[in-house]
Amino acid sequence: MEEKKLAIIATKGTLDWAYPPYVLASTAAALGYEVQVFFTFYGLQLVLKDLSGLKISPIGNPGMPMKMPFGPTWFRGINWNIPNAIQCLIPGYESLATSLMKQTIANNGVASIQELRKLCQEAEVKFIACQMTVELFGFSHSDFIDGMEFGGAATFFEFAGESDVCLYI
Amino acid sequence: MNFDKDLDARGLNCPLPILRAKKTLNELTTGQVLKILATDPGSVKDFSAFAKQTGNELLTSSEAGGEYTFFIKKK
Repeated sequence: MEEKKLAIIATKGTLDWAYPPYVLASTAAALGYEVQVFFTFYGLQLVLKDLSGLKISPIGNPGMPMKMPFGPTWFRGINWNIPNAIQCLIPGYESLATSLMKQTIANNGVASIQELRKLCQEAEVKFIACQMTVELFGFSHSDFIDGMEFGGAATFFEFAGESDVCLYI
Repeated sequence: MNFDKDLDARGLNCPLPILRAKKTLNELTTGQVLKILATDPGSVKDFSAFAKQTGNELLTSSEAGGEYTFFIKKK
């Protein structure tokens, strides 16, 4: 049986949106798929050596509940529905939300992005960074993890055109 | 049931139980059996799907007191 192929385009650079490409890529690899992920625009954040820039923001995101990852059950159940206008005015609000999210992630036995990325690399998932956006955002190749390839849209289609599953995230 | 290796995936959430199981299966030889313990309720469907797609055989899948036990025979 020929190996199935999964092609993913990762375009988002926040902590929450870092999960779908890495969860799907690592799982597909475990199922025997050959996987390539093409990182472009803000998705480039996900393949930087330093992932500390990955943040999550409840600002402008009405779908995100704000719950506390500590305290008694009744306290954890409260959704801190703070209006955007107020969130915007509190210095460090995003950093606070990010650290609470990281705690929630750890509490729930969910892998960190570092771990999922490492598992993808161990499973020989191929990472390609979009050269055009690398230049556009002023990155250099040394900002990215080892083993990256750099290419453009045509490089993506070389693999995606043969893929069984193709996702834009 | 007899098994050759066991994996404690309790407390881990999707997709870690599957990824750890795949990694551990790599250490086994054809016909050997891996026992997996998990607490992720999604793992019941996931291990069945994993077995179907990879050809490793899911021998049994059971639940007791919020813990799931799987026996998988390596292809």
